[in-house]
Amino acid sequence: MKIHEYQAKEILARYGIPIQPGRVAYTPEEAEAIARDLGGPVVIKAQVYVGGRGKAGGIQFGNTPEEARAAAARVLGMNIKGLTVQKVLVVSKLEIQEEYYLGIVLDRKTQAPVVMVSTAGGVDIEEVAATTPEKIIKQAIDLRWGLRPFEARNILARAGFPSAVIARGGAILTALAQAFIESDANLAEINPLVLTRDGQVQAADAKIVLDDNALYRHRDYAAWEEPEEANPLEFEAHKEGLTYVKLNGNVGIIGNGAGLVMTTLDMVAACGGKPANFLDIGGGARAEVMAKALTFVARDPDVKGILVNIFGGITRGEEVARGVIMAQQQLPAGLPIVVRLSGTGAEEGRAMLKDAGLDWGKDMRDAAQKIVAAIQAKEKGQQA
Amino acid sequence: MSILLDEHTRVIVQGITGREGSYHTTRMLEAGTKVVAGVTPGKGGQSACGLPVFDTVAEAKAATDANASCIFVPPAGAADAIMEAASAGIKLIVCITEFIPVLDTARAMLVVREHGATLIGPNCPGLCTPGQGKIGIMPYQIFTPGPVGFISRSGTLTYEVVALLTEAGIGQSTCIGIGGDPIIGSTFVDHLKLFEQDPQTQAVVLCGEIGGSDEEDAAEFIKTMKKPVVAFISGRTAPPGKRMGHAGAIISGNTGTAQGKVAALQAAGVPVAETIFDIPDLVKAALARQV
Repeated sequence: MKIHEYQAKEILARYGIPIQPGRVAYTPEEAEAIARDLGGPVVIKAQVYVGGRGKAGGIQFGNTPEEARAAAARVLGMNIKGLTVQKVLVVSKLEIQEEYYLGIVLDRKTQAPVVMVSTAGGVDIEEVAATTPEKIIKQAIDLRWGLRPFEARNILARAGFPSAVIARGGAILTALAQAFIESDANLAEINPLVLTRDGQVQAADAKIVLDDNALYRHRDYAAWEEPEEANPLEFEAHKEGLTYVKLNGNVGIIGNGAGLVMTTLDMVAACGGKPANFLDIGGGARAEVMAKALTFVARDPDVKGILVNIFGGITRGEEVARGVIMAQQQLPAGLPIVVRLSGTGAEEGRAMLKDAGLDWGKDMRDAAQKIVAAIQAKEKGQQA
Repeated sequence: MSILLDEHTRVIVQGITGREGSYHTTRMLEAGTKVVAGVTPGKGGQSACGLPVFDTVAEAKAATDANASCIFVPPAGAADAIMEAASAGIKLIVCITEFIPVLDTARAMLVVREHGATLIGPNCPGLCTPGQGKIGIMPYQIFTPGPVGFISRSGTLTYEVVALLTEAGIGQSTCIGIGGDPIIGSTFVDHLKLFEQDPQTQAVVLCGEIGGSDEEDAAEFIKTMKKPVVAFISGRTAPPGKRMGHAGAIISGNTGTAQGKVAALQAAGVPVAETIFDIPDLVKAALARQV
């Protein structure tokens, strides 16, 4: 789960990592009031779930509360990579002397969180990794004891951090590792970590991605989940317990098992169609789940036809067929649907579909070809 | 012969009294698997599916001499169940459970390695040796014994492809679903090594998907193999940054793309099927070259 910068900083603060004072504003007036409370120049930072805010103009400055208000008015409502800015973080401006990078990411190969640090902070770390990989020092964390303070200092020293930053930076990195592990993060970044002109070391920006599977034991963080404006259907699907990803084509796709659904998308594409979504109903789904999945996919206005591809194991063909028939009345009239059933209960399911006048494919390829043809025929008919 | 699961495999089921646990234990027994006991803390002394139930894996192992475990424990306790099995000296651990917090799996792996056990999964359908039985949830009726080893990150895709192989008259030695999580107990390379040594296996089918670099690692290893490998990669149409169902199926930046994996495998001389329907012919050609 993605969280906002201000939420990531709230986690860091719980672990004693120094951050700038500040609060979130939803209106220019609130931003002005926060700036007045803080006193002195402030930074207005768009809170959206994408990187590259600075380049897009989502980070602006105000020397006075009035300027802060004007800056917030410019940033709020701004569109950054398809997302509308609905809130800004207002923080005291730092007098930055140096910028560094501290990050921890879950590494699949070493099967552990891996620390990455660099003295080249404030820029995209992937760029640093691509152009000057020697500037990044990496080390895996042993989950039996976490990152110990001396290890953190060693990592910073190896990366060439100055003596003035080693002790406090090491403590911050140790705390970041503890925050990563205790919050069940997949990613935790401080970029930049700054050394200010008056000699302070602070986290000026922070990014944390949490493990969805562990949210059950972090209810306070789970409450931060909010709809991604770019994908309102995905948010709703998640609430409904459906595994759904919105794509940009017009063939709605439903299947059981992630690998099979992904393969179905590829098959539709190979047959000349464009998938509108990924939807996995999981194992052992009942008719009600199938019906819900169908009506859900049909709500996407881009969807011009739906392919259901089920390989029955614990999922039974009759249940799937019953679900499709249940959903039929609620679907837009004339919306082409092709169902492919195989495995457990496939014969019974197909007979039910046939009685209901529904189309079915003999295998995945046949079904993909049928739905793509049905959509093309319908579009031709509309043009004629 | 086969790998991992043979006539000497004696299985316990952790979570046998749960809905999934008891349903699939019955199916495993029907398939001929030697399931010898179940474990559910607090239900020791009872019986389930006609088998004795123990409170702990250690007790079950002492009483039955089990050497494998199949885990159906819910996510919050599944990593603990893996560690319990490894600590009790179980050498083959198959974890079906999905949605385990990934750091829990990472911690469990420390214990699995310490005890020299093999973990398959989590978030996997298990494995099947046709003619011997299965550990996990694969539908046994689609398999048929034969010379082809099979490794996949996905469950239902495995069934789909195995059904195509069986239809084409191509039998399987052992089929393994290694799991769709970012951290899994054993990888393509681990099982390719076993298939390379297995006398029954003459060719291997590898079904990969987007995310991570296990397929790229497999490509490197295949360069050293004598037996032919045929591959398929799903997720060619998946956009970057989106998790496609499996927690591990995500393209991050430039890593984990289907195109990158296909290229790595082809560079290792592996024929990569365009669609799953091309797999049987590629396997037949590979087997023909073997003889």
